[in-house]
Amino acid sequence: MNRRRSVRKDTQPRAPRRKPTGSGLRLPGLIKAYFTRHAQNLFSALGRMVRQPVGSLLTVTVIGIALCLPVALHLLVVNGKAITSSWDSAVDLTAYLKTGQSGDAVQKLAAKLRQRSDISNVDVIPADKALEEFRELSGFGEALDALTSNPIPDVLVIRPTEENLSAASVKLLADELAAWKEIDLVQVDTAWVERFHALLNILRRAVTLAAGLLAVGVVVIVGNTIRLDIQNRKNEIEVCKLIGASDAFIRRPFLYSGFWYGLGGAFIALLVVNGTLLLLQKPIRQVAGLYGSNFELMGLDPAFTLLILAGGSGLGWLGSWLAATRHMRLIEPGKDS
Amino acid sequence: MIRFEQVAKRYPGGREALSELSMSMEKGEMAFLTGHSGAGKSTLLKLIALIERPTRGQVIINGQNTNGVSRRKIPAYRRQIGIVFQDHKLLYDRTVMDNVGLPLVVQGIGHREVGRRVRAALDQVGLLGKEKLFPVALSTGEQQRVGIARAVVSKPDLLIADEPTGNLDPDLSLEIMSLFQRFNDVGVTLLIASHDLALVERLGKRRIILESGRLKQGSQPGGFHR
Repeated sequence: MNRRRSVRKDTQPRAPRRKPTGSGLRLPGLIKAYFTRHAQNLFSALGRMVRQPVGSLLTVTVIGIALCLPVALHLLVVNGKAITSSWDSAVDLTAYLKTGQSGDAVQKLAAKLRQRSDISNVDVIPADKALEEFRELSGFGEALDALTSNPIPDVLVIRPTEENLSAASVKLLADELAAWKEIDLVQVDTAWVERFHALLNILRRAVTLAAGLLAVGVVVIVGNTIRLDIQNRKNEIEVCKLIGASDAFIRRPFLYSGFWYGLGGAFIALLVVNGTLLLLQKPIRQVAGLYGSNFELMGLDPAFTLLILAGGSGLGWLGSWLAATRHMRLIEPGKDS
Repeated sequence: MIRFEQVAKRYPGGREALSELSMSMEKGEMAFLTGHSGAGKSTLLKLIALIERPTRGQVIINGQNTNGVSRRKIPAYRRQIGIVFQDHKLLYDRTVMDNVGLPLVVQGIGHREVGRRVRAALDQVGLLGKEKLFPVALSTGEQQRVGIARAVVSKPDLLIADEPTGNLDPDLSLEIMSLFQRFNDVGVTLLIASHDLALVERLGKRRIILESGRLKQGSQPGGFHR
C-alpha cells in the first residue's frame, strides 16, 4: 500500500520526461563530470590493485625488473663517457730522444717545442733521473749497476693544446715530431681510448636495443595482466554493454590499471637502480682513489627519472589499451547463451 | 514503437529460431510474449536489444531500422531501451546505488544527478533506503526490483523483460507485474516474455504467442489498441 502511494507520487514529475536526458548539465558541469569520472576511474583502479596485493605486486615487480636493465645500462654508458671525458684531455705524447745528447740540448729542444702554438706543455724527464727512479722502483738495482752506461733515453712528455686533442691532430703532431733528428720514437697512447669509445658505442646501441625489447616486454606483461583482468570481469563488461556503455567507457578502468602497473614498475626500477648506485658509490670511490682520480659515480638526473616514470606509465597504458581493445570485442552479451 | 517485418533468424548450425515473423506494437502499449521454450521468445527480445541481428527482414524500433545501427552505434541505441533479465544481471560487488546508477554513469551524468535519479527509481520500485546495501543482502524479489529500477532509471520509452518472474513465487510475480503495469500507465511501452500463462491471462493484456518461431494463429499481430 505504502509502496503504491509512493509510486503514484512519482508519476507526477514524470510529465516532463520527454526533455532530452542530461539537459540539466551545462557545459562546465559536463567538463567537471568528465574529470570527476576520470579521477574516479584513476583511484578505483588503484583500489582494485590494492585489494589484490600479491598479484599486483608480482606484476609491478616483473615490470620493474624489465625496466631496470635499460636504466642500468644507460647509467653504465653515461658513467663510461664521464670517465673517458677526463682521459680525453690527458692525451700526452711521449717522445723518446736519441741517447747521447747533452742536458742543454735537451732543454733547448723542450723550449723550442714549448713555443709551438699547438703544444701547451712539455715536461722533461732526464735520463739520469729516470734511471734513478727505475732503480728505486724496479728492484733491479744491482743488475743496473752492472751497466756501464745509462740505457734509458731522455724523455719529453708533450701535451697538445685543447683544440689539438683530436685523434687526427695528435697523430699529425706525432708524425711530424718522429721525423725530427733528435727524436728517436714518439708514442701516442690513444689507441686504447679509441677502442674504449668504440666499445661504449656498441654498448649504447645495446642499450637502445635492450630498451626497445624490454619496452615490448612491458607492453606484453601489462597486456597479459589486463587480459586476465578482463576475463575475471566478464560479467561486469557484459552488463555494461547491455545498458549501453560505449567501448571507451568499458576500456577506461583497464587503461588506468595499466597506467598504475607501468608507473609502479618504473618506481621499482628506479628504486633498484638507485639502491644499487648507493651500494656501489663507496667501493667505486675507493677504486678511483687508488687510481688517483676523484671520479664520482653519476646517478640518474631528474629529467631521466621523469622520463622513466613517464615511459613506464605510458607503456602500461599502451599495453592495456591493446589488450582491452582486443579482448573487449570478444565479450558480447548473448555470445555464450 | 516496435515493428518486425518478415524477420527470420537462423543461428549458426542451422536452427531457425524465427521465421517470417511480422508483428508490431504501438507506443505506450503493453504486451506479453508467450510460447513454449524454444519458440523464439528470447531471440525476439535479443533482436530488439541488438544482442542478435536478424538473418532476414527488418526490425524497426522507435522509427529506427536496427539493420542500420552499426557496431559503434549500439551503445547509444541500447540507451533508449530498458532491459530486465530473468537472472537480474546485477553486479554483486557494487551497492544497489551503483547498480541502479550504472546506466546514468555510462551516459556521463554527474554524481549528484545520478544520486537523485537513482533514489527516484528506487522509490518507484519500493526500495528507497536500500541504496547502500549490496545485492546479496536482498531477497530474490528485491533483487529483481533493483534490476527493474536499473532498467527504468534513464527513463527509456521502451522496456523489454525476459522472463522477469521466472524465479519468483506467484505472489512476488504478481507484484512485479503490477509494477510493470504502473510503468505502462505513465506511457512506457512494455514487452514482457513470460511462460506463466495463468498470470498473463489474469492481467488481461495483449498476448503475442510464438510457436516454432512463427506467430501463432489467434494472437494479435499488431494494430491492437487498448
